[in-house]
Amino acid sequence: MPTDAAIFQGLSWNPAADVRQLVSYHFMVNALEAGTAVAVLAGAIGWFMVLRRQTFAGHTLSVIAFPGAAGASLAGLPLAFGYFGACAAGALALAGVSADRSGSNSRESAATGTVQAFALGLGFLFVGLYHGLLNGIDALLFGTFLGVSNDQVVTLVCVAAAALVLLAAAGRPLLFASLDGEVARAAGVPVRALSLGFLLLLGLAVGATSQITGALLVFALLVAPAAAAQQLTARPLAGLLLSVALGLVVTWLGLALAYFSIYPAGFFITSLAFAVYVAARLVRHARR
Amino acid sequence: MFVHEFMRNALVAGTFVGAACGLVGYFVVLRAQVFAGDALSHVAFTGALAAAALGVDVRIGLFVATIVVAVGMGGLGDRARADDVEIGTVFAWILGLGVLFLAIFTTSGSGGNGTAAVRVLFGSIYGLSGTDVAIAAAVSAAALAVILAVARPLAFASLDPDVAAAQGVPVRLLGLGFLAVLGAVAAEATQAVGALLLLGLLAAPAAAALRLTRSPYTGLALSTAFGIGAVWAGLTLSDLESRLPPSTAIVSVATLLFVVAAAVSARRAAGAARTAAAPSRAARRPVLRR
Repeated sequence: MPTDAAIFQGLSWNPAADVRQLVSYHFMVNALEAGTAVAVLAGAIGWFMVLRRQTFAGHTLSVIAFPGAAGASLAGLPLAFGYFGACAAGALALAGVSADRSGSNSRESAATGTVQAFALGLGFLFVGLYHGLLNGIDALLFGTFLGVSNDQVVTLVCVAAAALVLLAAAGRPLLFASLDGEVARAAGVPVRALSLGFLLLLGLAVGATSQITGALLVFALLVAPAAAAQQLTARPLAGLLLSVALGLVVTWLGLALAYFSIYPAGFFITSLAFAVYVAARLVRHARR
Repeated sequence: MFVHEFMRNALVAGTFVGAACGLVGYFVVLRAQVFAGDALSHVAFTGALAAAALGVDVRIGLFVATIVVAVGMGGLGDRARADDVEIGTVFAWILGLGVLFLAIFTTSGSGGNGTAAVRVLFGSIYGLSGTDVAIAAAVSAAALAVILAVARPLAFASLDPDVAAAQGVPVRLLGLGFLAVLGAVAAEATQAVGALLLLGLLAAPAAAALRLTRSPYTGLALSTAFGIGAVWAGLTLSDLESRLPPSTAIVSVATLLFVVAAAVSARRAAGAARTAAAPSRAARRPVLRR
Protein backbone atom coordinates (compact mmCIF):
# COMPACT_ATOMS: atom_id res chain seq x y z
CA MET A 1 0.00 0.00 0.00
CA PRO A 2 1.37 3.43 -0.91
CA THR A 3 1.80 5.99 1.81
CA ASP A 4 -0.21 9.20 1.99
CA ALA A 5 2.53 11.18 0.32
CA ALA A 6 2.48 8.86 -2.67
CA ILE A 7 -1.32 8.78 -2.94
CA PHE A 8 -1.66 12.54 -3.41
CA GLN A 9 1.02 13.88 -5.68
CA GLY A 10 1.56 17.54 -6.52
CA LEU A 11 -1.11 18.78 -4.13
CA SER A 12 0.00 21.98 -2.42
CA TRP A 13 -1.68 23.86 0.43
CA ASN A 14 -2.55 26.72 -1.94
CA PRO A 15 -6.02 26.05 -3.42
CA ALA A 16 -5.71 28.72 -6.12
CA ALA A 17 -2.49 27.19 -7.42
CA ASP A 18 -4.04 23.73 -7.32
CA VAL A 19 -7.02 24.83 -9.36
CA ARG A 20 -4.74 26.59 -11.87
CA GLN A 21 -2.77 23.39 -12.26
CA LEU A 22 -6.01 21.43 -12.65
CA VAL A 23 -7.37 23.46 -15.58
CA SER A 24 -4.06 23.74 -17.39
CA TYR A 25 -4.55 20.38 -19.09
CA HIS A 26 -7.00 19.98 -21.95
CA PHE A 27 -8.15 16.49 -20.88
CA MET A 28 -8.89 17.81 -17.41
CA VAL A 29 -10.96 20.72 -18.77
CA ASN A 30 -12.92 18.29 -20.92
CA ALA A 31 -13.48 15.99 -17.96
CA LEU A 32 -14.70 18.89 -15.82
CA GLU A 33 -17.05 20.12 -18.56
CA ALA A 34 -18.43 16.63 -19.17
CA GLY A 35 -18.71 16.06 -15.43
CA THR A 36 -20.68 19.28 -15.03
CA ALA A 37 -23.17 18.26 -17.73
CA VAL A 38 -23.50 14.76 -16.25
CA ALA A 39 -23.98 16.07 -12.71
CA VAL A 40 -26.70 18.55 -13.72
CA LEU A 41 -28.55 16.00 -15.85
CA ALA A 42 -28.25 13.14 -13.34
CA GLY A 43 -29.12 15.40 -10.39
CA ALA A 44 -32.37 16.58 -11.99
CA ILE A 45 -33.54 13.26 -13.47
CA GLY A 46 -32.33 11.35 -10.43
CA TRP A 47 -34.51 13.50 -8.18
CA PHE A 48 -37.60 12.26 -10.02
CA MET A 49 -36.22 8.72 -10.12
CA VAL A 50 -35.82 8.63 -6.34
CA LEU A 51 -39.25 10.23 -5.86
CA ARG A 52 -40.82 7.57 -8.10
CA ARG A 53 -38.96 4.74 -6.32
CA GLN A 54 -37.47 3.60 -9.61
CA THR A 55 -33.90 3.17 -8.39
CA PHE A 56 -33.77 -0.44 -9.54
CA ALA A 57 -35.05 0.58 -12.99
CA GLY A 58 -32.35 3.27 -13.14
CA HIS A 59 -29.66 0.75 -12.26
CA THR A 60 -31.02 -1.68 -14.86
CA LEU A 61 -30.97 0.99 -17.58
CA SER A 62 -27.40 1.97 -16.73
CA VAL A 63 -26.34 -1.67 -16.99
CA ILE A 64 -28.24 -2.18 -20.26
CA ALA A 65 -25.92 0.35 -21.92
CA PHE A 66 -23.21 -2.32 -21.77
CA PRO A 67 -24.89 -4.94 -24.05
CA GLY A 68 -25.84 -2.05 -26.34
CA ALA A 69 -22.23 -1.00 -26.73
CA ALA A 70 -21.05 -4.60 -27.12
CA GLY A 71 -23.77 -5.29 -29.72
CA ALA A 72 -22.95 -2.15 -31.67
CA SER A 73 -19.26 -3.04 -31.87
CA LEU A 74 -20.21 -6.55 -32.99
CA ALA A 75 -22.49 -5.21 -35.73
CA GLY A 76 -19.98 -2.55 -36.76
CA LEU A 77 -22.35 0.30 -35.86
CA PRO A 78 -21.28 3.51 -34.08
CA LEU A 79 -21.04 2.98 -30.32
CA ALA A 80 -23.40 5.86 -29.57
CA PHE A 81 -26.09 4.10 -31.60
CA GLY A 82 -25.72 1.02 -29.41
CA TYR A 83 -25.88 3.02 -26.17
CA PHE A 84 -29.01 4.96 -27.10
CA GLY A 85 -30.70 2.04 -28.87
CA ALA A 86 -30.20 -0.33 -25.95
CA CYS A 87 -31.31 2.21 -23.35
CA ALA A 88 -34.45 3.08 -25.33
CA ALA A 89 -35.26 -0.62 -25.82
CA GLY A 90 -34.65 -1.21 -22.12
CA ALA A 91 -36.95 1.67 -21.17
CA LEU A 92 -39.71 0.23 -23.37
CA ALA A 93 -39.21 -3.25 -21.88
CA LEU A 94 -39.36 -1.89 -18.31
CA ALA A 95 -42.46 0.17 -19.14
CA GLY A 96 -43.98 -3.00 -20.62
CA VAL A 97 -43.44 -5.10 -17.51
CA SER A 98 -44.55 -2.37 -15.12
CA ALA A 99 -47.64 -1.55 -17.20
CA ASP A 100 -48.84 -5.09 -16.54
CA ARG A 101 -51.89 -4.26 -14.42
CA SER A 102 -51.63 -7.29 -12.17
CA GLY A 103 -48.25 -6.03 -10.99
CA SER A 104 -47.71 -5.49 -7.33
CA ASN A 105 -44.39 -4.09 -6.15
CA SER A 106 -42.81 -7.52 -5.82
CA ARG A 107 -43.70 -8.54 -9.37
CA GLU A 108 -42.36 -5.35 -10.83
CA SER A 109 -39.00 -5.78 -9.10
CA ALA A 110 -38.79 -9.41 -10.27
CA ALA A 111 -39.60 -8.42 -13.85
CA THR A 112 -37.00 -5.64 -13.75
CA GLY A 113 -34.40 -8.10 -12.49
CA THR A 114 -35.27 -10.52 -15.27
CA VAL A 115 -34.93 -7.80 -17.91
CA GLN A 116 -31.52 -6.85 -16.51
CA ALA A 117 -30.22 -10.42 -16.30
CA PHE A 118 -31.35 -11.16 -19.85
CA ALA A 119 -29.74 -7.97 -21.18
CA LEU A 120 -26.47 -8.78 -19.41
CA GLY A 121 -26.62 -12.30 -20.85
CA LEU A 122 -26.94 -10.83 -24.34
CA GLY A 123 -24.03 -8.50 -23.62
CA PHE A 124 -21.88 -11.42 -22.53
CA LEU A 125 -22.80 -13.29 -25.72
CA PHE A 126 -21.84 -10.28 -27.86
CA VAL A 127 -18.54 -9.91 -26.04
CA GLY A 128 -17.85 -13.60 -26.62
CA LEU A 129 -18.60 -13.30 -30.32
CA TYR A 130 -16.56 -10.12 -30.71
CA HIS A 131 -13.25 -11.12 -29.23
CA GLY A 132 -11.53 -7.76 -29.39
CA LEU A 133 -13.74 -6.08 -26.83
CA LEU A 134 -12.91 -8.11 -23.75
CA ASN A 135 -10.17 -5.77 -22.60
CA GLY A 136 -12.58 -2.85 -22.85
CA ILE A 137 -15.09 -4.28 -20.39
CA ASP A 138 -13.67 -2.30 -17.51
CA ALA A 139 -14.02 0.88 -19.55
CA LEU A 140 -17.62 -0.03 -20.38
CA LEU A 141 -18.45 -0.57 -16.73
CA PHE A 142 -16.22 1.93 -14.99
CA GLY A 143 -15.81 4.57 -17.68
CA THR A 144 -12.90 6.62 -18.89
CA PHE A 145 -13.63 10.01 -17.41
CA LEU A 146 -10.16 11.30 -18.15
CA GLY A 147 -10.24 10.48 -21.87
CA VAL A 148 -13.20 12.56 -23.03
CA SER A 149 -12.99 14.12 -26.51
CA ASN A 150 -14.33 17.55 -27.53
CA ASP A 151 -17.05 15.93 -29.68
CA GLN A 152 -18.23 13.86 -26.73
CA VAL A 153 -18.53 16.97 -24.58
CA VAL A 154 -20.62 18.74 -27.25
CA THR A 155 -22.90 15.71 -27.69
CA LEU A 156 -23.32 15.38 -23.98
CA VAL A 157 -24.18 19.05 -23.46
CA CYS A 158 -26.76 18.90 -26.30
CA VAL A 159 -28.41 15.76 -24.87
CA ALA A 160 -28.40 17.24 -21.37
CA ALA A 161 -30.01 20.47 -22.60
CA ALA A 162 -32.68 18.58 -24.56
CA ALA A 163 -33.45 16.28 -21.63
CA LEU A 164 -33.69 19.20 -19.19
CA VAL A 165 -36.07 21.09 -21.53
CA LEU A 166 -38.30 17.99 -21.76
CA LEU A 167 -38.16 17.54 -18.00
CA ALA A 168 -39.06 21.20 -17.41
CA ALA A 169 -41.97 20.95 -19.88
CA ALA A 170 -43.40 17.81 -18.25
CA GLY A 171 -42.26 18.69 -14.72
CA ARG A 172 -45.56 19.67 -13.13
CA PRO A 173 -47.74 16.78 -14.33
CA LEU A 174 -44.84 14.37 -13.76
CA LEU A 175 -44.48 15.56 -10.17
CA PHE A 176 -48.23 15.19 -9.63
CA ALA A 177 -48.26 11.68 -11.15
CA SER A 178 -45.20 10.65 -9.13
CA LEU A 179 -46.58 11.85 -5.81
CA ASP A 180 -50.08 10.44 -6.16
CA GLY A 181 -50.76 8.36 -9.27
CA GLU A 182 -54.38 7.58 -8.43
CA VAL A 183 -55.44 11.18 -7.83
CA ALA A 184 -53.47 12.38 -10.86
CA ARG A 185 -55.22 9.80 -13.04
CA ALA A 186 -58.60 10.91 -11.74
CA ALA A 187 -57.68 14.53 -12.51
CA GLY A 188 -57.02 13.60 -16.14
CA VAL A 189 -53.21 13.49 -16.06
CA PRO A 190 -51.94 10.88 -18.56
CA VAL A 191 -50.14 8.85 -15.89
CA ARG A 192 -49.12 5.88 -18.06
CA ALA A 193 -47.83 8.04 -20.90
CA LEU A 194 -45.82 10.08 -18.39
CA SER A 195 -44.42 6.92 -16.84
CA LEU A 196 -43.27 5.64 -20.25
CA GLY A 197 -41.93 9.07 -21.17
CA PHE A 198 -39.96 9.32 -17.94
CA LEU A 199 -38.36 5.91 -18.43
CA LEU A 200 -37.39 6.92 -21.99
CA LEU A 201 -35.92 10.17 -20.67
CA LEU A 202 -34.01 8.23 -18.00
CA GLY A 203 -32.77 5.89 -20.73
CA LEU A 204 -31.67 8.85 -22.86
CA ALA A 205 -29.78 10.42 -19.97
CA VAL A 206 -28.13 7.16 -18.96
CA GLY A 207 -27.25 6.30 -22.57
CA ALA A 208 -25.60 9.68 -23.04
CA THR A 209 -23.69 9.74 -19.77
CA SER A 210 -22.63 6.11 -19.44
CA GLN A 211 -20.48 6.49 -22.58
CA ILE A 212 -18.34 8.81 -20.51
CA THR A 213 -18.78 7.86 -16.89
CA GLY A 214 -19.33 4.12 -17.31
CA ALA A 215 -22.46 2.28 -16.28
CA LEU A 216 -21.65 2.25 -12.58
CA LEU A 217 -20.72 5.85 -11.92
CA VAL A 218 -23.79 7.30 -13.63
CA PHE A 219 -25.90 5.29 -11.23
CA ALA A 220 -24.13 6.79 -8.22
CA LEU A 221 -24.75 10.31 -9.55
CA LEU A 222 -28.40 9.49 -10.24
CA VAL A 223 -29.24 8.15 -6.81
CA ALA A 224 -27.01 9.60 -4.08
CA PRO A 225 -27.36 13.41 -4.53
CA ALA A 226 -31.09 13.05 -5.12
CA ALA A 227 -31.55 10.83 -2.07
CA ALA A 228 -29.57 13.29 0.05
CA ALA A 229 -31.64 16.23 -1.23
CA GLN A 230 -34.89 14.43 -0.40
CA GLN A 231 -33.64 13.82 3.13
CA LEU A 232 -33.08 17.55 3.55
CA THR A 233 -36.14 19.14 1.96
CA ALA A 234 -39.59 18.06 0.82
CA ARG A 235 -40.10 21.14 -1.37
CA PRO A 236 -39.84 20.09 -5.04
CA LEU A 237 -37.97 23.04 -6.56
CA ALA A 238 -35.56 23.42 -3.63
CA GLY A 239 -34.94 19.67 -3.67
CA LEU A 240 -34.23 19.62 -7.40
CA LEU A 241 -31.78 22.52 -7.14
CA LEU A 242 -30.11 21.00 -4.07
CA SER A 243 -29.78 17.65 -5.84
CA VAL A 244 -28.09 19.32 -8.84
CA ALA A 245 -25.81 21.38 -6.57
CA LEU A 246 -24.73 18.35 -4.51
CA GLY A 247 -24.07 16.41 -7.71
CA LEU A 248 -21.89 19.23 -9.03
CA VAL A 249 -19.85 19.56 -5.85
CA VAL A 250 -19.34 15.81 -5.62
CA THR A 251 -18.26 15.52 -9.27
CA TRP A 252 -15.88 18.50 -9.21
CA LEU A 253 -14.24 17.47 -5.94
CA GLY A 254 -14.03 13.85 -7.04
CA LEU A 255 -12.38 14.73 -10.34
CA ALA A 256 -9.92 17.07 -8.62
CA LEU A 257 -8.97 14.46 -6.01
CA ALA A 258 -8.56 11.83 -8.72
CA TYR A 259 -6.27 14.17 -10.66
CA PHE A 260 -3.93 14.59 -7.72
CA SER A 261 -4.03 10.94 -6.68
CA ILE A 262 -3.18 7.61 -8.23
CA TYR A 263 -6.66 6.21 -7.67
CA PRO A 264 -9.65 6.29 -10.05
CA ALA A 265 -12.24 9.09 -10.19
CA GLY A 266 -15.03 6.54 -9.77
CA PHE A 267 -13.88 5.76 -6.26
CA PHE A 268 -13.70 9.41 -5.14
CA ILE A 269 -17.02 10.43 -6.72
CA THR A 270 -18.98 7.48 -5.28
CA SER A 271 -17.38 7.87 -1.84
CA LEU A 272 -18.11 11.62 -1.70
CA ALA A 273 -21.67 10.99 -2.88
CA PHE A 274 -22.17 8.40 -0.18
CA ALA A 275 -20.68 10.72 2.46
CA VAL A 276 -23.11 13.46 1.39
CA TYR A 277 -26.02 11.05 1.74
CA VAL A 278 -24.91 9.90 5.20
CA ALA A 279 -24.44 13.53 6.28
CA ALA A 280 -27.93 14.40 5.00
CA ARG A 281 -29.41 11.54 7.01
CA LEU A 282 -27.60 12.70 10.13
CA VAL A 283 -28.82 16.29 9.64
CA ARG A 284 -32.37 15.05 9.26
CA HIS A 285 -32.01 12.89 12.34
CA ALA A 286 -30.65 15.83 14.36
CA ARG A 287 -33.53 18.07 13.27
CA ARG A 288 -36.17 15.77 14.70
CA MET B 1 -22.18 -34.34 -22.85
CA PHE B 2 -21.25 -36.30 -19.72
CA VAL B 3 -17.86 -37.33 -21.04
CA HIS B 4 -15.96 -34.27 -19.88
CA GLU B 5 -15.27 -33.69 -16.23
CA PHE B 6 -15.80 -29.92 -16.50
CA MET B 7 -19.31 -30.60 -17.82
CA ARG B 8 -20.13 -33.00 -14.99
CA ASN B 9 -18.82 -30.47 -12.47
CA ALA B 10 -20.91 -27.74 -14.11
CA LEU B 11 -24.04 -29.89 -13.96
CA VAL B 12 -23.60 -30.85 -10.29
CA ALA B 13 -22.72 -27.33 -9.10
CA GLY B 14 -25.37 -25.80 -11.39
CA THR B 15 -28.06 -28.08 -9.99
CA PHE B 16 -27.29 -27.07 -6.42
CA VAL B 17 -26.95 -23.38 -7.20
CA GLY B 18 -30.10 -23.47 -9.35
CA ALA B 19 -32.09 -25.14 -6.58
CA ALA B 20 -30.85 -22.71 -3.91
CA CYS B 21 -31.49 -19.66 -6.10
CA GLY B 22 -34.95 -20.92 -7.07
CA LEU B 23 -35.95 -21.54 -3.46
CA VAL B 24 -34.40 -18.41 -1.94
CA GLY B 25 -35.53 -16.42 -4.98
CA TYR B 26 -39.18 -17.23 -4.29
CA PHE B 27 -38.95 -15.37 -0.99
CA VAL B 28 -36.75 -12.68 -2.53
CA VAL B 29 -39.46 -11.92 -5.10
CA LEU B 30 -42.26 -12.26 -2.55
CA ARG B 31 -40.51 -9.72 -0.31
CA ALA B 32 -39.68 -7.45 -3.28
CA GLN B 33 -35.95 -7.73 -2.54
CA VAL B 34 -34.65 -8.49 -6.02
CA PHE B 35 -32.71 -5.23 -5.98
CA ALA B 36 -31.06 -6.28 -2.72
CA GLY B 37 -30.03 -9.57 -4.32
CA ASP B 38 -28.62 -7.71 -7.30
CA ALA B 39 -26.70 -5.36 -5.01
CA LEU B 40 -25.30 -8.28 -3.00
CA SER B 41 -23.94 -9.93 -6.11
CA HIS B 42 -21.94 -6.76 -6.77
CA VAL B 43 -20.88 -6.61 -3.12
CA ALA B 44 -19.41 -10.06 -3.70
CA PHE B 45 -17.40 -8.53 -6.52
CA THR B 46 -16.03 -5.79 -4.25
CA GLY B 47 -15.37 -8.27 -1.45
CA ALA B 48 -13.44 -10.58 -3.74
CA LEU B 49 -11.37 -7.70 -5.11
CA ALA B 50 -10.70 -6.35 -1.62
CA ALA B 51 -9.46 -9.76 -0.49
CA ALA B 52 -7.32 -10.05 -3.61
CA ALA B 53 -5.88 -6.55 -3.08
CA LEU B 54 -5.08 -7.26 0.58
CA GLY B 55 -3.74 -10.73 -0.17
CA VAL B 56 -6.40 -12.58 1.85
CA ASP B 57 -8.18 -15.71 0.59
CA VAL B 58 -10.76 -14.53 -1.96
CA ARG B 59 -13.48 -16.81 -0.64
CA ILE B 60 -13.27 -15.32 2.86
CA GLY B 61 -13.55 -11.81 1.41
CA LEU B 62 -16.61 -12.81 -0.58
CA PHE B 63 -18.58 -14.35 2.25
CA VAL B 64 -17.66 -11.80 4.92
CA ALA B 65 -18.44 -8.82 2.67
CA THR B 66 -21.79 -10.09 1.38
CA ILE B 67 -23.15 -11.31 4.69
CA VAL B 68 -22.09 -8.16 6.57
CA VAL B 69 -23.56 -5.85 3.93
CA ALA B 70 -26.73 -7.95 3.69
CA VAL B 71 -27.39 -7.66 7.42
CA GLY B 72 -26.33 -4.00 7.40
CA MET B 73 -28.81 -3.15 4.64
CA GLY B 74 -31.53 -4.92 6.57
CA GLY B 75 -30.61 -2.97 9.71
CA LEU B 76 -31.03 0.36 7.87
CA GLY B 77 -34.64 -0.25 6.91
CA ASP B 78 -37.78 -0.72 8.95
CA ARG B 79 -38.69 -4.31 9.72
CA ALA B 80 -35.39 -5.48 8.27
CA ARG B 81 -36.48 -4.64 4.73
CA ALA B 82 -34.11 -2.19 3.14
CA ASP B 83 -35.60 0.64 1.14
CA ASP B 84 -34.62 0.73 -2.52
CA VAL B 85 -33.10 4.20 -2.27
CA GLU B 86 -30.90 3.10 0.63
CA ILE B 87 -29.87 -0.04 -1.23
CA GLY B 88 -29.08 2.05 -4.29
CA THR B 89 -26.92 4.53 -2.37
CA VAL B 90 -24.97 1.86 -0.48
CA PHE B 91 -24.69 -0.15 -3.67
CA ALA B 92 -23.21 2.75 -5.67
CA TRP B 93 -20.59 3.35 -2.99
CA ILE B 94 -19.68 -0.35 -2.79
CA LEU B 95 -19.12 -0.32 -6.55
CA GLY B 96 -16.85 2.68 -6.15
CA LEU B 97 -14.88 0.78 -3.49
CA GLY B 98 -14.65 -2.11 -5.96
CA VAL B 99 -13.06 0.23 -8.49
CA LEU B 100 -10.54 1.32 -5.85
CA PHE B 101 -9.61 -2.26 -4.94
CA LEU B 102 -9.37 -3.13 -8.63
CA ALA B 103 -6.91 -0.25 -9.07
CA ILE B 104 -4.86 -1.33 -6.03
CA PHE B 105 -4.91 -4.93 -7.18
CA THR B 106 -3.80 -4.17 -10.73
CA THR B 107 -1.16 -1.57 -9.79
CA SER B 108 0.35 -3.77 -7.07
CA GLY B 109 1.40 -6.03 -9.93
CA SER B 110 -0.16 -9.24 -8.67
CA GLY B 111 -1.25 -9.97 -12.24
CA GLY B 112 -4.81 -9.89 -13.56
CA ASN B 113 -5.49 -6.90 -15.79
CA GLY B 114 -9.18 -6.70 -15.04
CA THR B 115 -9.90 -10.22 -16.22
CA ALA B 116 -10.46 -11.13 -12.58
CA ALA B 117 -13.27 -8.57 -12.54
CA VAL B 118 -14.79 -10.08 -15.66
CA ARG B 119 -14.61 -13.56 -14.21
CA VAL B 120 -16.36 -12.51 -11.01
CA LEU B 121 -19.04 -10.67 -12.93
CA PHE B 122 -19.85 -13.38 -15.44
CA GLY B 123 -18.40 -16.43 -13.69
CA SER B 124 -17.21 -19.51 -15.47
CA ILE B 125 -19.37 -22.49 -14.68
CA TYR B 126 -17.14 -24.55 -16.99
CA GLY B 127 -14.03 -23.76 -14.97
CA LEU B 128 -14.99 -25.31 -11.63
CA SER B 129 -12.71 -27.73 -9.81
CA GLY B 130 -13.88 -30.64 -7.67
CA THR B 131 -13.36 -28.54 -4.52
CA ASP B 132 -15.38 -25.66 -5.99
CA VAL B 133 -18.24 -28.07 -6.68
CA ALA B 134 -18.12 -29.48 -3.15
CA ILE B 135 -18.23 -25.98 -1.62
CA ALA B 136 -21.04 -24.88 -3.93
CA ALA B 137 -23.02 -28.00 -3.02
CA ALA B 138 -22.41 -27.57 0.73
CA VAL B 139 -23.38 -23.88 0.83
CA SER B 140 -26.45 -24.43 -1.35
CA ALA B 141 -27.58 -27.43 0.69
CA ALA B 142 -27.18 -25.47 3.94
CA ALA B 143 -29.20 -22.55 2.51
CA LEU B 144 -31.91 -24.93 1.29
CA ALA B 145 -32.13 -26.58 4.72
CA VAL B 146 -32.31 -23.26 6.62
CA ILE B 147 -34.98 -21.80 4.34
CA LEU B 148 -37.09 -24.96 4.35
CA ALA B 149 -36.91 -25.07 8.15
CA VAL B 150 -38.33 -21.55 8.49
CA ALA B 151 -40.45 -21.60 5.30
CA ARG B 152 -43.79 -21.35 7.05
CA PRO B 153 -43.12 -18.41 9.43
CA LEU B 154 -41.05 -16.71 6.73
CA ALA B 155 -43.92 -16.92 4.23
CA PHE B 156 -46.30 -15.58 6.88
CA ALA B 157 -43.95 -12.72 7.78
CA SER B 158 -43.39 -11.89 4.10
CA LEU B 159 -47.07 -11.83 3.14
CA ASP B 160 -48.51 -10.03 6.12
CA PRO B 161 -45.84 -8.70 8.50
CA ASP B 162 -48.28 -6.86 10.78
CA VAL B 163 -50.49 -9.85 11.48
CA ALA B 164 -47.44 -12.11 11.79
CA ALA B 165 -45.85 -9.77 14.35
CA ALA B 166 -49.12 -9.63 16.29
CA GLN B 167 -49.14 -13.42 16.48
CA GLY B 168 -45.64 -13.50 17.93
CA VAL B 169 -43.64 -14.33 14.79
CA PRO B 170 -40.18 -12.71 15.14
CA VAL B 171 -40.57 -10.72 11.91
CA ARG B 172 -37.45 -8.61 12.26
CA LEU B 173 -35.19 -11.52 13.19
CA LEU B 174 -36.56 -13.57 10.29
CA GLY B 175 -35.91 -10.69 7.92
CA LEU B 176 -32.30 -10.28 9.03
CA GLY B 177 -31.70 -14.04 8.99
CA PHE B 178 -33.17 -14.26 5.52
CA LEU B 179 -30.86 -11.51 4.28
CA ALA B 180 -27.87 -13.34 5.78
CA VAL B 181 -28.85 -16.52 3.91
CA LEU B 182 -29.35 -14.49 0.73
CA GLY B 183 -25.88 -13.01 1.27
CA ALA B 184 -24.30 -16.46 1.60
CA VAL B 185 -26.07 -17.73 -1.52
CA ALA B 186 -25.10 -14.57 -3.43
CA ALA B 187 -21.45 -14.98 -2.41
CA GLU B 188 -21.32 -18.62 -3.40
CA ALA B 189 -23.24 -18.24 -6.65
CA THR B 190 -21.30 -15.15 -7.74
CA GLN B 191 -18.02 -16.91 -7.25
CA ALA B 192 -19.09 -20.16 -8.89
CA VAL B 193 -21.33 -19.03 -11.71
CA GLY B 194 -21.12 -15.21 -11.74
CA ALA B 195 -23.27 -12.25 -10.75
CA LEU B 196 -25.19 -12.36 -14.01
CA LEU B 197 -26.43 -15.89 -13.46
CA LEU B 198 -27.27 -15.20 -9.82
CA LEU B 199 -29.60 -12.32 -10.72
CA GLY B 200 -31.26 -14.31 -13.51
CA LEU B 201 -31.79 -17.37 -11.34
CA LEU B 202 -33.05 -15.38 -8.34
CA ALA B 203 -35.60 -13.31 -10.26
CA ALA B 204 -36.91 -15.22 -13.26
CA PRO B 205 -37.87 -18.71 -11.94
CA ALA B 206 -39.55 -17.25 -8.86
CA ALA B 207 -41.37 -14.59 -10.87
CA ALA B 208 -42.61 -17.32 -13.22
CA ALA B 209 -43.76 -19.51 -10.31
CA LEU B 210 -45.58 -16.60 -8.64
CA ARG B 211 -47.56 -15.97 -11.81
CA LEU B 212 -48.62 -19.60 -12.12
CA THR B 213 -49.78 -20.46 -8.61
CA ARG B 214 -51.05 -18.74 -5.48
CA SER B 215 -50.12 -21.51 -3.07
CA PRO B 216 -46.77 -20.75 -1.37
CA TYR B 217 -45.71 -24.39 -1.15
CA THR B 218 -46.53 -25.22 -4.77
CA GLY B 219 -44.86 -21.96 -5.73
CA LEU B 220 -41.71 -22.84 -3.79
CA ALA B 221 -41.52 -26.27 -5.43
CA LEU B 222 -42.20 -24.82 -8.87
CA SER B 223 -39.62 -22.05 -8.45
CA THR B 224 -36.95 -24.55 -7.34
CA ALA B 225 -37.81 -26.85 -10.26
CA PHE B 226 -37.63 -23.93 -12.70
CA GLY B 227 -34.22 -22.96 -11.33
CA ILE B 228 -32.83 -26.48 -11.81
CA GLY B 229 -34.56 -26.86 -15.19
CA ALA B 230 -33.11 -23.59 -16.49
CA VAL B 231 -29.59 -24.70 -15.53
CA TRP B 232 -29.97 -28.10 -17.19
CA ALA B 233 -31.57 -26.75 -20.37
CA GLY B 234 -29.06 -23.90 -20.59
CA LEU B 235 -26.06 -26.19 -20.18
CA THR B 236 -27.47 -28.53 -22.84
CA LEU B 237 -28.01 -25.65 -25.27
CA SER B 238 -24.52 -24.33 -24.64
CA ASP B 239 -23.13 -27.82 -25.18
CA LEU B 240 -24.92 -28.09 -28.55
CA GLU B 241 -23.89 -24.61 -29.73
CA SER B 242 -20.39 -23.99 -28.44
CA ARG B 243 -20.38 -20.26 -29.25
CA LEU B 244 -23.27 -19.70 -26.84
CA PRO B 245 -21.82 -18.97 -23.36
CA PRO B 246 -23.45 -21.14 -20.65
CA SER B 247 -24.53 -18.19 -18.50
CA THR B 248 -26.26 -16.53 -21.46
CA ALA B 249 -28.03 -19.80 -22.32
CA ILE B 250 -29.20 -20.38 -18.73
CA VAL B 251 -30.46 -16.82 -18.29
CA SER B 252 -32.22 -16.97 -21.65
CA VAL B 253 -34.06 -20.18 -20.68
CA ALA B 254 -35.06 -18.64 -17.34
CA THR B 255 -36.31 -15.49 -19.11
CA LEU B 256 -38.30 -17.62 -21.56
CA LEU B 257 -39.93 -19.45 -18.60
CA PHE B 258 -40.91 -16.07 -17.14
CA VAL B 259 -42.35 -14.79 -20.44
CA VAL B 260 -44.38 -17.98 -20.94
CA ALA B 261 -45.67 -17.87 -17.35
CA ALA B 262 -46.64 -14.20 -17.75
CA ALA B 263 -48.52 -15.04 -20.97
CA VAL B 264 -50.32 -17.96 -19.30
CA SER B 265 -51.32 -15.85 -16.30
CA ALA B 266 -52.51 -13.03 -18.60
CA ARG B 267 -54.69 -15.50 -20.54
CA ARG B 268 -56.09 -16.90 -17.30
CA ALA B 269 -56.88 -13.41 -16.03
CA ALA B 270 -58.60 -12.58 -19.31
CA GLY B 271 -60.64 -15.80 -19.10
CA ALA B 272 -61.61 -15.10 -15.50
CA ALA B 273 -62.59 -11.55 -16.43
CA ARG B 274 -64.96 -12.88 -19.09
CA THR B 275 -66.73 -15.30 -16.78
CA ALA B 276 -66.81 -13.19 -13.61
CA ALA B 277 -65.49 -9.95 -12.25
CA ALA B 278 -61.72 -9.55 -12.58
CA PRO B 279 -59.82 -10.62 -9.46
CA SER B 280 -58.57 -7.72 -7.45
CA ARG B 281 -54.86 -7.13 -6.94
CA ALA B 282 -54.93 -8.20 -3.34
CA ALA B 283 -56.79 -11.40 -4.15
CA ARG B 284 -54.11 -12.47 -6.61
CA ARG B 285 -51.31 -12.47 -4.07
CA PRO B 286 -50.32 -15.84 -2.65
CA VAL B 287 -52.39 -17.00 0.31
CA LEU B 288 -51.22 -19.06 3.20
CA ARG B 289 -53.70 -21.74 4.21
CA ARG B 290 -53.92 -21.94 7.96
